Amino acid sequence: MTTHDPTYPPPRRLKPWTTVERGLAKVGISGRMLVLAAPVLWLLVFFLVPLAVVFGISLATKQFGRPPYSPLLTTEEGTVQLTLHLSNYIRLFTDNLYVAAYLSSIRIAAISTILTLIIGYPMAYAIARAPDKWRNILLMLVVLPFFTSFLLRVYALTGFMRGNGVINQFLGLFGIEPLVMMQTDFAVYVGIVYTYLPFMILPLYTTLVKLDVSLFEASADLGARPLRTFLSVTLPLSMPGVIAGSMLVFIPAIGEFVIPSLLGGPSTLMIGRVLWDEFFTNTNWPRAAAVAMAMLVVVVVPIMLLQRAQSSVVEK
Amino acid sequence: MGRGWFLPIAAALGFSFLYAPIVSLVIFSFNESSLVTVWSGFSTKWYAALFNDPQLLGAAWLSLQIAAVSASIALVLGTLAAIALVRFRRFRGRTLFSGMVSAPLVMPDVITGLSLLLLFVAMESLLGWPQGRGMLTIVIAHATFCTAYVCVVVQSRLSDFDRSLEEAAMDLGASPVRTFFDVTLPIIAPALVSGWLLGFTLSLDDLVIASFVSGPGSSTLPMVIFSKVRLGVSPDVNALATIIIGIVALGVLAATIIQLRSKPKKPA
Repeated sequence: MTTHDPTYPPPRRLKPWTTVERGLAKVGISGRMLVLAAPVLWLLVFFLVPLAVVFGISLATKQFGRPPYSPLLTTEEGTVQLTLHLSNYIRLFTDNLYVAAYLSSIRIAAISTILTLIIGYPMAYAIARAPDKWRNILLMLVVLPFFTSFLLRVYALTGFMRGNGVINQFLGLFGIEPLVMMQTDFAVYVGIVYTYLPFMILPLYTTLVKLDVSLFEASADLGARPLRTFLSVTLPLSMPGVIAGSMLVFIPAIGEFVIPSLLGGPSTLMIGRVLWDEFFTNTNWPRAAAVAMAMLVVVVVPIMLLQRAQSSVVEK
Repeated sequence: MGRGWFLPIAAALGFSFLYAPIVSLVIFSFNESSLVTVWSGFSTKWYAALFNDPQLLGAAWLSLQIAAVSASIALVLGTLAAIALVRFRRFRGRTLFSGMVSAPLVMPDVITGLSLLLLFVAMESLLGWPQGRGMLTIVIAHATFCTAYVCVVVQSRLSDFDRSLEEAAMDLGASPVRTFFDVTLPIIAPALVSGWLLGFTLSLDDLVIASFVSGPGSSTLPMVIFSKVRLGVSPDVNALATIIIGIVALGVLAATIIQLRSKPKKPA
């Protein structure tokens, strides 16, 4: 029998979990390690290693068989031989198709990003300045299309812009000749703006809503016109949101496959489409891998910009 | 503050741009004519056609299963990753870890798809696993990118919550695990629900990654839709889209209401 002093809490029965934790601590495994183990292992195996595999296979050559690429390591008379081919990368630089596809992807992504910014900024600003009870509803209206199937939204646009689509029928009411919109670069811009608009609006909104209204008042009191206030106060202060939103549109747009293949024409050259054809149509896996590595190089700088912008959006 | 007419008009135009194509798609799903853009009378026959298409129904069922499983895996992994990033200030490899967690958010789909496929092929020839490609490989691929999204959602909830509650529980003698299940989990539950829903819809939506990592006989719903749409506009896809949009709209509405209700009242 034990008696215990009422001023101390009664001795606790060790819960099973506590016992497990203490046992693990004895072998040098902390709770932190247990929390980290699963996500770290998963992401290493299914995110980082795959990128290394892509790099490896980009140094192989196409061959017939399964898998359809030459092995990097071969054993010949007991010695292990490593065979690396640079031919895929050399082709990327010498074949005009690839160079043109990269340049045109960057151009299309950049133009669409600027258009998205021009359309998204006033919307984000309007939501940030809207009365409280409206704000959540408007935000939900922005998020709703984002949750709605991407593929189906692109499909909805095809019905809208076709030769006998809604826009042209509407124009026809005024006797205007039907416009050719589908299968042009213009349709691709519209497609990217349409599907990525929420990605632009949300980070812009996050920075704009935190801006101190008294700054605008001060600027107006000092005699600045609204446009001047916008250019010298609002815009500079919302730069982190502008960068984050732009990168969130620009990066995925570069590798876009669905939009150019459903809305673009045969002359719309984008690198995501080239990679897809290289893989599925030509079954040239090593070439597709080299295209992917080069695409990664193109998006690495924007990704780093995005990370910096995002951390300053969050900190403020 | 009088901002004049510019902002409201810009916002109204922007929202009509976002919604007009969807609204017209819904309207034309009830069109009798098979010419998608010429109205010839109200009909629900395209909906009936949908439910008599075994290929479409099979693909829809497969997609729903994949979405549920991968969202659940991502929920666990993403929550653990978020806890590590918010609660563990410093640990070795933190920069690499946070990079690995957030990179899938912006990684172009074609790269993710290709890299996972090449991994699966290499693993199969080295380890004999996974055998062939199909539902399992799609689930792994989807769980990986959904983890990133779950992590972002849970992270934001974890970073704006009152840590004194956890400290109080620990001071009262609860172990970290107990504290997590009794205090932390109930508080972040709304974020977990929205993270899971986000993962579910993203998985349901993915065409590109699934096309790379799926095998023969395991075509997901977006893959079937894409092959139909590529051949031209078909009215039964309009009907299918209307059903999906309806379900998603209800889901987002419900999630918004849950989030608004559970938000702690700000002091005035």
